[in-house]
Amino acid sequence: MSSSLWTLCDLKPGERGRVVSVQGTDSLAARLLEMGLLPGEEIEHIGTAPMGDPIEFSVYGYRISLRRDEAGRVQIEKQR
Amino acid sequence: MSQAAATIALIGNPNTGKSSLFNALCGGNARVGNYPGVTVEHKTGRLLLPLDARDPSSSTALIEIVDLPGTYSLAARSADEAVSVDVLSGAMSGVRRPDAVIVIADATNMERNLYLFSQVIELGLPTLLVLNMWDRVSSLGIQVDADGLSRQLGVPVVCTSASKRQGITEVRNSLVALLQSDPGERASAIVSRPTAASEFPEVFQRETDLLLKWLVGSKVAMERFQVQRLLIDTAEAHVHRSIPNHLTAELASRLTEARGRLSSAGVPIPLFETKARYAWIKSKTAGLIERPRQRPPTWSDTLDRWLTHRWFGLLFFVLLMFLIFQSITLVARWPMTWIEGFQGYVAATIESLIGPGPLRSLLVDGVIGGVGSVLMFLPQIAILFLFIGILEDCGYMSRAAFVMDKFMASIGMSGKSFLPLMSSFACAIPGIMATRTIDNRKDRMVTILVAPLMSCSARLPVYILMVAAFIPDIRYASGWLSLQGIVLFAMQSLGALIAIPVAWLLKRFLFRGEPSTFIMELASYRWPSWRVVFSRVWERIQAFLVRAGTLIFITSVLVWAAAYFPGDHAAVDTSTREWEQLKSSTDPDQAEIVRMEKSINLEKSRLIEQSFLGMAGRVIEPVVRPLGWDGKIGVAVLASFPAREVIIATLGTIYALGSDTDENSSSLKEQLQAAQWPDGKPVFTLATAFSIMVFFALCAQCASTLVTIQRETNSWRWPIFSFVYMTSLAYVGAWLTYNLVSLWIP
Repeated sequence: MSSSLWTLCDLKPGERGRVVSVQGTDSLAARLLEMGLLPGEEIEHIGTAPMGDPIEFSVYGYRISLRRDEAGRVQIEKQR
Repeated sequence: MSQAAATIALIGNPNTGKSSLFNALCGGNARVGNYPGVTVEHKTGRLLLPLDARDPSSSTALIEIVDLPGTYSLAARSADEAVSVDVLSGAMSGVRRPDAVIVIADATNMERNLYLFSQVIELGLPTLLVLNMWDRVSSLGIQVDADGLSRQLGVPVVCTSASKRQGITEVRNSLVALLQSDPGERASAIVSRPTAASEFPEVFQRETDLLLKWLVGSKVAMERFQVQRLLIDTAEAHVHRSIPNHLTAELASRLTEARGRLSSAGVPIPLFETKARYAWIKSKTAGLIERPRQRPPTWSDTLDRWLTHRWFGLLFFVLLMFLIFQSITLVARWPMTWIEGFQGYVAATIESLIGPGPLRSLLVDGVIGGVGSVLMFLPQIAILFLFIGILEDCGYMSRAAFVMDKFMASIGMSGKSFLPLMSSFACAIPGIMATRTIDNRKDRMVTILVAPLMSCSARLPVYILMVAAFIPDIRYASGWLSLQGIVLFAMQSLGALIAIPVAWLLKRFLFRGEPSTFIMELASYRWPSWRVVFSRVWERIQAFLVRAGTLIFITSVLVWAAAYFPGDHAAVDTSTREWEQLKSSTDPDQAEIVRMEKSINLEKSRLIEQSFLGMAGRVIEPVVRPLGWDGKIGVAVLASFPAREVIIATLGTIYALGSDTDENSSSLKEQLQAAQWPDGKPVFTLATAFSIMVFFALCAQCASTLVTIQRETNSWRWPIFSFVYMTSLAYVGAWLTYNLVSLWIP
């Protein structure tokens, strides 16, 4: 399966994915990696804010909130 | 104060219970300030430790703990992180280089917390790793082998539940042992530096050595750790500050070349650091941390599902904000009355001790009036920070930002701006102080600059007076809706509506550039720790009293002087003395008292017109004429620039009523309605009343707010900017209002 087609934005509530890469080399990319969004890590969509943005994810056993455009930088492969 | 025997830095990720540990170690006696040049909080505490761990009866030593800001990384991307790097490497002026470091980590989330730890141990300082929230580890089905971690990481490890004060004795004992360990032992710990491990390729070591050699050759004292940060931190090269100017150009080109070589060797800067450190963490913790693949559902998760729910989450948020707003405006009213009563008592005491004259006027009108206007805000500040403390400590604050982010981002701020702006409806001072929770600098600046536009409680008296005097009492919907109420509500909302385009413009032209980010941890809910909450409230109150209090004091004395001099007060002082004697005499003539009071007030209003302030009023009369104001209104508005609510008392004095006037005073209302231009037309028309109200809605008439902006932005540029933009906005707004209303209702 071509994994590069999916980003974190494509996960629906309750769905899980595995991080493939974080795009870019700027400070946003560095921050995302520091927060544990490393290639190979499992990540789950928990829910969205009342106005549809930002999104809450679970990674490394903790909860993190990302705006849609930030989540769009994280490429994933979907999991069952 | 005596010199501390040793300094220990306390560092950790946000939401790890760092404040609880700090409080448990140091008790309530923390000293809070700002680091020079930045608005990062500098918090230190002290504790006594026995010098000899084996003998508790041995003499004790004073240890200073420096509480560093909560941060996820030492990569200097924000002011918080830059300060942490400076303090840890001894480059921060006024802070001793720490003798040891405590890294506090959330034991339920070890890997991400160990990232910061892996950067801190690069410093080679004696380090203690505290695994906090130990009580939650087992309930989440997590297993952590603390002894194994201690062996693998080469540092002592202590498990605590700081909010329950469990494990604190062990932390103290470990600190004593750490401070007494001999330097030889410490050096052996350096073996475990992550950058010296295999995860960091040799080419990285080579480049570090090359750079270090050049710096040493150029006589720049820098540690290996700092050189590594210089090489890795591309975003904000703040370590550059310690590089002399003549070397910066060469350093820049050397860094570019080094990064280029690293990149072509398959080591991309800066991203490789993160991956290498996490690989190091994985190898060190292998087999020592077990976590179930699926986190068992907790009460926190259930609560979170409701509080961030599409409808219920929004409803809860609105109700909570309503509760906070009501508390700030209603509950604060009682303590404010007490403070007012106390002020009246002090003023009366001074009046009974000192006869009429400049000294009494300075003390009563200048000092008590001025300092009193600051003290009046204290209850609101205390209540707001009590709520903020509870919401932050229990974990809801990040959810509130999560819920509001979309809306606030659309007008150029972030979800974290909402609460500060909301509380600015009570008073901009606590609101601006609350912007410290916004970590993005640009979002925080925009929030600070629009916060004074929110209609604070000090504007209300002006609206009430104008509405009561000039808006007819017409009722609609069988008496349920009054025109006066509608106008009052419109005036209250005006500032917030204007703030939307202002925020958009500020973001568009002054704070453009990198888009703000909203990467935020949503920590598990927990019961707030009262010790942490109350110490935070106390810190805020102290900071407010000391800093804002000194400047508002000076300003109010200056305004008093401008209104008092250069007139000759001898006659009015004499008649005041006679009037006071008459009042205290047995069976006084009431009619005579009233007559004398009237003549004293008339004389006082004449003196104000002759004072510097009065002269200024005549000078500005042509400026305020287009707004529909006369010179008297000009003087009153001028005098109310330090604190807008002063206008009521000043109008009272000018219209010769004495300064004990309030907005409900019917005589002031009547005087205003009766005021006339020389040609006999009334001064106050509907257009003038609206023009004054719009001016007060938009103008920066509050010295305390401006001083708070100065303190929070650490620069005089921003209070001056706020003052200029708000005053211009107010003038233009008032002019437009006057002309439009005059057209509409001639």
